[in-house]
Amino acid sequence: MTALLRHVAPAERISSTSFSEASARTRVELLLDPGSFVEFIGPEKREISPHLRIFDLPEQFDDGIVVGHGRLDGSPVFIAAQEGRFMGGAFGEVHGAKLTGLLRAARQIRSTPVLVLFDTGGVRLQEANAGELAIAEIMRALMEARTAGVKVIGLIGGRSGCYGGGGLIAGCCSALAVSEPGRIAVSGPEVIETNRGVEEFDSRDRALVWRTMGGKHRRLLGAADVFTDDTMQDFREAALDLLGLVGTFGLDKLKAEQMRLGDRLRRFGACEDAVDIWTADGIAHAETVPELSADQFIALANRIGRTSRDAR
Amino acid sequence: MLMSTNAEKSTTTWQHHREARDSRLEAGARLARGKTVEARDATRLLEAVIRPGDRVCLEGDNQKQADLLSRALLAVDLSKVNDLHMVQSGVVLPEHLDLFDRGVARKLDYAYSGPQSARIAHMLFGGKIELGAVHTYLELFARYFIDLTPHVALIAAVSADREGNLYTGPNTEDTPTVVEATAFKDGVLIAQVNEIVDQVPRVDIPADRVHFVVKADKPFFVEPLFTRDPAAITEGQILTAMLAIKGIYAPYGVRRLNHGIGFSTAAIELLLPTFGDRLGLKGRIATHFALNPHPALIPAIESGWVQQIHSFGSEVGMEEYIRARSDVYFTGPDGSLRSNRAFCQTAGLYACDMFIGSTLQIDLQGNSSTVTTSRIAGFGGAPNMGADARGRRHPSEPWLKAGGEADPDSPALLRRGRKLVVQIGETFGDRNVPLFVEKLDAIELAEKLNLELAPIMIYGDDVTHIVTEEGVANLLLCRNAGEREQAIRGVAGYTEVGRGRDRNMVERLRQRGVIRRPEDLGINPLDADRSMLAARSIKDLVRWSGGLYAPPSKFRNW
Amino acid sequence: MEDLSFQHRVRGRAGGSRQNALVGVVASGNLEVLVERTLPDAECRLEIKTAAVGFGEVWTAVIGDFVERYSPGGLRFSINDGGARPDTVSLRLAQAVRLIEEDGQ
Repeated sequence: MTALLRHVAPAERISSTSFSEASARTRVELLLDPGSFVEFIGPEKREISPHLRIFDLPEQFDDGIVVGHGRLDGSPVFIAAQEGRFMGGAFGEVHGAKLTGLLRAARQIRSTPVLVLFDTGGVRLQEANAGELAIAEIMRALMEARTAGVKVIGLIGGRSGCYGGGGLIAGCCSALAVSEPGRIAVSGPEVIETNRGVEEFDSRDRALVWRTMGGKHRRLLGAADVFTDDTMQDFREAALDLLGLVGTFGLDKLKAEQMRLGDRLRRFGACEDAVDIWTADGIAHAETVPELSADQFIALANRIGRTSRDAR
Repeated sequence: MLMSTNAEKSTTTWQHHREARDSRLEAGARLARGKTVEARDATRLLEAVIRPGDRVCLEGDNQKQADLLSRALLAVDLSKVNDLHMVQSGVVLPEHLDLFDRGVARKLDYAYSGPQSARIAHMLFGGKIELGAVHTYLELFARYFIDLTPHVALIAAVSADREGNLYTGPNTEDTPTVVEATAFKDGVLIAQVNEIVDQVPRVDIPADRVHFVVKADKPFFVEPLFTRDPAAITEGQILTAMLAIKGIYAPYGVRRLNHGIGFSTAAIELLLPTFGDRLGLKGRIATHFALNPHPALIPAIESGWVQQIHSFGSEVGMEEYIRARSDVYFTGPDGSLRSNRAFCQTAGLYACDMFIGSTLQIDLQGNSSTVTTSRIAGFGGAPNMGADARGRRHPSEPWLKAGGEADPDSPALLRRGRKLVVQIGETFGDRNVPLFVEKLDAIELAEKLNLELAPIMIYGDDVTHIVTEEGVANLLLCRNAGEREQAIRGVAGYTEVGRGRDRNMVERLRQRGVIRRPEDLGINPLDADRSMLAARSIKDLVRWSGGLYAPPSKFRNW
Repeated sequence: MEDLSFQHRVRGRAGGSRQNALVGVVASGNLEVLVERTLPDAECRLEIKTAAVGFGEVWTAVIGDFVERYSPGGLRFSINDGGARPDTVSLRLAQAVRLIEEDGQ
C-alpha cells in the first residue's frame, strides 16, 4: 500500500486513507509525523510465534503487531498497532510480549504517552494459555504505566474490532477514540449466540451487532471518549485531542469510574436494546442514530455529553 | 345439407381444454369465497384443480418464490395428484426437489437451479428425476408457448384486490410470461399473495387471468442476490476491470450492454466514475444497460454516466432509490420498479452490443461452463446474453467494428456485425482453482449422466474476448484454432494451461494486438489500488445514493 | 505448510539504498514479503513458507518471470504465504522491489 500511493501528497494521503482499510504499518506511518517512526523488534528480527508452526499455520515476521516510537505533532510518543488481518489481530505470546515491553518502557520513561491501535478478536486459540497470560501482563503493565503518569490512548476502528482480551485492555486505557466500523466488547457476537442462543443475540444481524457494540453506541454510553470519522487524519486529530484532555491518574479517578459505571447500570440496566438506551437518554428518533453521518453524530454526542473527564 | 354438416360437427368437439379447465375451476370454487382461498385450504385446492400427469409451472424466479404453494403441493394426497411434469424456470427451494422425492412430480424441464445445484445433480444421477432438458430462460419461456404449456400455474405476487388483480411489486420477473402462456391456453392460475387489499398499487396481472388467490401467512422471502460489497473487491479484480475498460469498452465505444453479477464487473461499475472519467469516457461508454438494479452502479448513475436501465428483476434495498431515479429505471404509475425477465432477456440478446461476465471454467477453444462434476446450476440467462444474435439487423459502431475484425475480407455491406461476448476473471479463483482447463467438468458430467449435450454456458465461437489480470485476448483477430488456443493460453497466467503456452507464438500474437498486456494498454499493475473505487464499502454506496439505498442488514457494518 | 527456496543469478543490482522493506500481510489468499539487501550484487534468494502445499511448479514459474523482469540483485526475499494466488504473489514481489528501491532508511 505504502509504495502504491507514493505519487499522492502526504496531506492528501492522510485525509483520503481509511483507518479501517489500512494495514497496521500504514496506520502507524500516517498517524505519526512523516518519517518519524522507529520500530522495535521489526520484522527483520523474525521474532515469530513459537506455537503456530506446531499447528501447521503460517507465521508473520512481526507476529501481527508493530511497536516502536515516533513523533506526533512534534512530541514523542510510543505506539503499538495490531494487524487485524493476521489471525484476526489475535494476541499470542510474542505479540503480547511486544506490547507489554512497550508499556514497561513507557512506565520507566514516564513522560512519553502510548498510543495503542487495537484491531483484535481476542486471544489466539492456538496459544490460549500464553495469550491469556499476555493479556494479564499487558493490563498490569498498562495500569503501572498510568500510575507512573503515562497517558495510554486507545484508537479503535479496525475491521476485527476490539474483542476479548482486547476489550479488557481497552477498558484499562486513559481514554479511547472509536470510529463507526470499530466495535468494543469482550464476548463477540458469535460467542454470545453460541452460548445464549440466537434469540438472545443473532450474530448475523449486523445492524444489531453494530448498534450493540459499535463505535456510536460506545461513544453514547461513555465507554469511548471521542467518536471520529474513519480517515487517518481524523484519528490523528482524535489522538491529539485526547492527549490534551487526559488528566492525572489515581485512586480518585478509579472511584469516579466505578461510580460512572454504577450510575450507567442503574439508568439503563433494564433496557433491552441500544435504541432503548438512546431513547432513555433523551435522543429523539433514536432509531435513526445508526444512519447519522459522522458530523451529525458527533454533534449529537457532544450535546448528550456522557463522557466524564473525572472518570477512567 | 346445412343440417347434416351441423350434425357432423356436433360429434367433434374443439373445446376439450376449455371444458376441462371449467371443471377444474368448478372443483376449486367449492373451496373459495369469490376467488379467495384460505391458506389452510391450499393443498385441497391443488388436489381439486391438478390432475395426474399435468404440466405445472411452480413459479420460482430469482427473487420471488411461490413458497406457500410449493409446500401445499408437496402435501397433496398422492392418489389424487402424482407424476406431474414441472415446467419452471427456477428450481431453487428445497421443496421444489422434495416434490420428486415424494413422487408428486416425475419429470422436469427447467432453466436455473443455483442453490439446489448439488442436490439436483445427485437426484438426476440417482434417477429420481426424469429430465426433459435444461434451458436458458428465453428458451423455456418460448417452449411455454409451443410444447410445454402449463395446465396449472402457481405464481407469487405482493398483493391482490378482491377481484384478483395482482401487484407483483418490483420483482415482476417471470410472472407475465407464465400467466400469458397458461391463462390464454385454458390453464388454471393460482396466485399466492402477501396481502389482499382494496386497491392494488398497480395492476401487473389483470384479474380475468387469475382464478384463485391464496393469502400467504408470511411474505415470500427475497434474497439480495445482486449486492456485491465493495469492501470485498480485490486489487486483482480492479486490475482486470481497468484492462476491460481501457482495452474493450473504450476502443469499441460500448454503450449498450449487460453485466454479469460477479466482483469483476462490480469493480468495473465502481471504476466508471473514477478511472473511466480520467480516460474521458463519460457519455461514450456504458450508458444503457439490461441489468438488475446493482447497488454497485449507484456511483456511476449519480455521476451522470447511465441513461437507462431495464431490469430482469429487482434487488432488495434498492426500492426507494429506483423510485427516486425514474429517469433511469422503468417504473410503474405507482413509482416502483417494473421488471420483466422475458423482455429484458430479449433486450440483452438483441439490443445490447456487449455481454461481460465471469465463469468458472474456460477450455482451450473458449467454451465456458459453471458446471462442476457434482453441481448442475443450469443456465439461467447467460447463454442468451452471451451469444451472438444471428437475427440482429440494426447496425451500431461496436457491432460493426467487431464484425470487421472477425471477417476483414468480406464486403462491408454484406458483413454481419458481432456482439462482443467477454469473459472476465482472474486466472485462479477461490482456493487456487484454475479458471483455464484442458477439459471442462461439464463434459465429464455429460458422459456420466449420458446427456446428449454437455452443459456449456457460452460456446467458444460466441466468445470474442477473454480478460484476466494477464491481459486482454481478442479472439476475433485469431485466424485459426491454433492461434485461438495460444491467445487463450497467453492470458491464462500460471495455470497449467498458461504455463503450457508456446512462448514465441504468444509473443507474435501480442505484436499483432491479439493479446494486449497491461503495459501495452498503459496500465501499471501496481496502480491497481482500492482507492480507485468510487465506493469502497456498502456505507459509501448509501452515501452516494443520498440515503435512498437501504442495504439489508447482512451487508451493514454500522 | 511447505518450505520452498530459490536461488538465482541475476544481471545486476537492485536500485535504491534502503536496507529492507516489508509489504503485505499473512492472511487467507494473501502473503507478506520481507526483502533485505544482504546478498552479493549478482545473487538473489527467495525463501518461502506457504500454507498451500503442492504448488512448487507454479512458484518456480512465478519467480522465474519475476527475476527475469526485475533483476533484483543483492536481495533476499523471505515470504510467509497464506495461500495467495500467483497473481497476488507477483504483485507483492513487484511492490517489495518498488519499496526497497525508494530512497530512505
